[in-house]
Amino acid sequence: MKTYDAIVIGAGHNGLTNAAYLAKSGLDVLCVEKNDYIGGATVSRNLYKDWYYSNYSYVCSLLRPEIYRDLELARHGLQVTPYGGGSVFMENGDYLGSYPDEEVHHREYARFSQADADAYERYSADTMRQCRFIRDFLLRTPPDPTSFKPRDLKELAYLGKKFFEMSEQRMYDTIRFWTMSVAEYLDEYFETDVIKAALSGSGIIGTALGIHSPGTAYVLLHHYMGEVDGNMGAWGFARGGMGAVADAISKSYQSLGGELRTDAGVDQIVVKNGKVKGVALTSGEEIDSRIVVSAMDVKRTFLKCMDKSDLDPDFYHRVKHFKIRGSSGKVNIALDGMPTFPALPKNSPLLNGDMHFIDSMERMERAYDDWKEGTWSKDPYVDMVIPTTSDPTMAPPGKHFMSCFVQYCPAKVEGREWTPEERDQFGQTVIDQIAEYSPDFKDLILHAEIRTPQDIEDEAGLTEGNIFHGELTMDQLMFNRPIPGYAQYRGPVAGLYMCGSSTHPGGGVMSAPGCNAAREILFDLKRPDVTPLSFSED
Amino acid sequence: MNDRYDAIVVGAGHNGLVCASLLAKAGRKVLVLEAKDQVGGAAITRTFAEGYSVSACAHLLYQLQPQVRKDLGLEFDVSSEQMGTIALSPDGNHVRYNGNEVSGTSDEDAASYKDFYRRMTRFADLLQTYLNKTPPRLAKDASLSDLLTLVRLGFDVRRLGKVEMQEFLRLIGINIYDELVERFESGLLKGALSLDAVLGTHLGPRSPNTILTYLYRLAGSHGTISAPAGGMSAVSEALAHSARDNGATIRTGMPVKKIIIENGRAAGVETENGEQFSSWLVVSNADPKTTIMRLVSARNVETGFTRRVHNIRMRGNAAKLHLALDGLPHIKGIEKGEYGERFVVAPDENYVERAFNAAKYGETSTKPVFEITFPSFRDSSLAPTGKHVLSAIVQYAPYALREGWSDETRQAFLDRAIATLGEYMPDLKQRISAAEMLTPADIEKEFLITGGHWHHGELSLDQFLFTRPVGGAAQYAMPLDGLYLCGAGAHPGGGVSGAAGRNAARAILKREKAA
Repeated sequence: MKTYDAIVIGAGHNGLTNAAYLAKSGLDVLCVEKNDYIGGATVSRNLYKDWYYSNYSYVCSLLRPEIYRDLELARHGLQVTPYGGGSVFMENGDYLGSYPDEEVHHREYARFSQADADAYERYSADTMRQCRFIRDFLLRTPPDPTSFKPRDLKELAYLGKKFFEMSEQRMYDTIRFWTMSVAEYLDEYFETDVIKAALSGSGIIGTALGIHSPGTAYVLLHHYMGEVDGNMGAWGFARGGMGAVADAISKSYQSLGGELRTDAGVDQIVVKNGKVKGVALTSGEEIDSRIVVSAMDVKRTFLKCMDKSDLDPDFYHRVKHFKIRGSSGKVNIALDGMPTFPALPKNSPLLNGDMHFIDSMERMERAYDDWKEGTWSKDPYVDMVIPTTSDPTMAPPGKHFMSCFVQYCPAKVEGREWTPEERDQFGQTVIDQIAEYSPDFKDLILHAEIRTPQDIEDEAGLTEGNIFHGELTMDQLMFNRPIPGYAQYRGPVAGLYMCGSSTHPGGGVMSAPGCNAAREILFDLKRPDVTPLSFSED
Repeated sequence: MNDRYDAIVVGAGHNGLVCASLLAKAGRKVLVLEAKDQVGGAAITRTFAEGYSVSACAHLLYQLQPQVRKDLGLEFDVSSEQMGTIALSPDGNHVRYNGNEVSGTSDEDAASYKDFYRRMTRFADLLQTYLNKTPPRLAKDASLSDLLTLVRLGFDVRRLGKVEMQEFLRLIGINIYDELVERFESGLLKGALSLDAVLGTHLGPRSPNTILTYLYRLAGSHGTISAPAGGMSAVSEALAHSARDNGATIRTGMPVKKIIIENGRAAGVETENGEQFSSWLVVSNADPKTTIMRLVSARNVETGFTRRVHNIRMRGNAAKLHLALDGLPHIKGIEKGEYGERFVVAPDENYVERAFNAAKYGETSTKPVFEITFPSFRDSSLAPTGKHVLSAIVQYAPYALREGWSDETRQAFLDRAIATLGEYMPDLKQRISAAEMLTPADIEKEFLITGGHWHHGELSLDQFLFTRPVGGAAQYAMPLDGLYLCGAGAHPGGGVSGAAGRNAARAILKREKAA
């Protein structure tokens, strides 16, 4: 029977990226996927007539440009079009716009407060500076601070060097930025509630924290450190939906000689004599391999697909308590036409951007309080986009697709499983909130796909539907991610690796974990490093 | 101008007194000016009803740094030592803990608590070393001693050993809630430990940072609690005594109006009654906002610095409740001999978090949390014979109350606090002969602390060590020659610890020596 060099479990964007780099190095690689389609949570599915939904992830920015270029994703069909700006609809009938054009943006903020309009430039520069700092570490393996190995000491020294390169005041600003809440961070710049509310969303998307929780300022970076065509902080739509990202990586992988099998769910990672031997599929088939790389989150990998007796008890305990909390859901809607938003001027470019319906910091935080009590937010934070305003391929002519990312939404309702009725109520909460600002919206709905964290787990395999494969809190970042002592992509068993978003630098459609894991695997196999270097300062 | 001094300390809070005493001990001619008629700042005993006295703000001693005691040869009597904590349950099945022992929980919880306590006190010891040092500056041109402190810090963390170091780095930035839920079953234990972590802060147990605040509480005496005989003034009087012994002059009833700035440096102070005192060294025990915005005036400092000071978060959430009682209230399941312990009302971790929810929106907690003592039980000087005093910290009562603090809103919160306590002490209401509630607004007014925040600035990672009170001014010297900060707003923070005062004195003396 054939023995592969490596089996990668899960054909999400990280699994495929990892597989692509292993294949590029000349290894005999098989990527197995439980669903009959690839992409994991980076997927476009045709669930209703001629509509294609970006079912889970819905916008693109974080994908590392180094990987985009290195794997020739453009040639393999990935096209990302930037979209402009965003809006917050206000209870008083007004709206707050944000625009890519600096002058227009300044004028818009000045409508609310001249001081805030002026402060935005300072805010933006300070935040971008933090992005530049962290960006250097995205395609690097975190050092183990407890180790004395030369590689680790070198990486620690690199981190120290990057930090001490800053001016004194910047160092203090950086320490504060990494530890404070997004609300407090914004308080230092702005006075207008709706402006703060608009900017605070990026601090909590995908996390089980509120805007007042320390540590959420850092989460901002996970929404600002990306780029589209070299424009830092810009977001775009992948043409054809997010599935286009996975498709392009998959094509690149296959062009490098990699093998892909869908409908091949892994039941167990097989360990023999303290070393991985391969995988056993749910069908009963066993496939041998010298290396197994899991792109699944750590809980799924170690608690569901491994035998407890193969794991060190302390490691098992830490995985069991790994924080991967369901905090968001998704509502995808097929529309019979473009809904109108009377608050916005006619043909406003804001219709192409992201739209939000919470206009105060208090409402943002109260949404979190609901979640703490074990229920979905009754007045949720919705990040809504209509990608078909700039991408005609996702719906028939004149029709539209709307994606609503909804926070907060618990994995269990008051500790028990979701019922179908509750799922519908959750969807209705979102639809009602949007309808407040769009009178014709409800009549245009042809089909809606409502996804609670439980549904996301069942379909895409993300434990509790957590979009980052684990909370981005300080105990789970950098050398602590996913588990202290296991931050360098190596699992607790020889030949076993992790390459999913549970590992550094975390989630978002970034592909960095997949790429970093490949680098470590190639290092262990003493093969040349074929992963790309970070781009230098722009 | 009249007399010239080597140093003037503005405010005779406990940190100001520690600093003054150490400067005087080093031979400096020191003047301490205190606005109130009594020394001690927020560490005082005062009468709140005829015949009844109480520690008016801080009421328990657990953070006084051994180094401060030793350097000043401080001595005072205590009325209670090694007080235990009793987490109250309305049904009388309380949880008690003291040191690493806990009772009233499952055996698993008790064993896990031992392990938790061992780890936390170990980390607290590491922290404590650095609470008693001036934080190093972070800069390319930092001095050798700054660099050495940083290297030493890295070394000390490594010395914990691989497993403990990993745990330290994992825990230091996170919330206590997750750790408690991971470890314990007992709601009462989780609630009480949550309370320990959030007392005096604008944080709930789910807020990241609360492991740090918990460690801060343990740093110094591992959380061992005592009460000074005669209330907190005993500590302040002992400090004042030490300062006077060392030759310092302390003048009470002398509120400082402004710090005199001449040619861009501190030159002395002017009091409200118009007297001027000159000195090239002015050390402020006031909080950083009062010091910079009011005493120095923003126009004398660079705008970037003013903005950072303006951004210091210091809005208190802790109210203080004082009740004069004509007898001890009945508490189900509590023996007569146990009234000298510390009681907490925090039935579980979610209760504490819910209490905090209100504070986020400028509302008081519907169901507040309490830290309660009956100081008169062991200290008969505080109440007439047979009568008693209840002293409690009550949270959350946000400084920036949405409706604003007034006699009505204060009374409403007082009533609610008493009603909540009534669930644990059914006959409490009948026993009350006088009641006083100090809201953060009252604390601001009475103790002259901006925001009524007992730490002179929120204790959180972004306002800690290098960035306390603000980045670039963490070494006690303010960016005006001759001006220093020695209060809780400076590193390491509040609590009756004396660390800030001692560190400031040492930083001043070291700098003078270098100059």
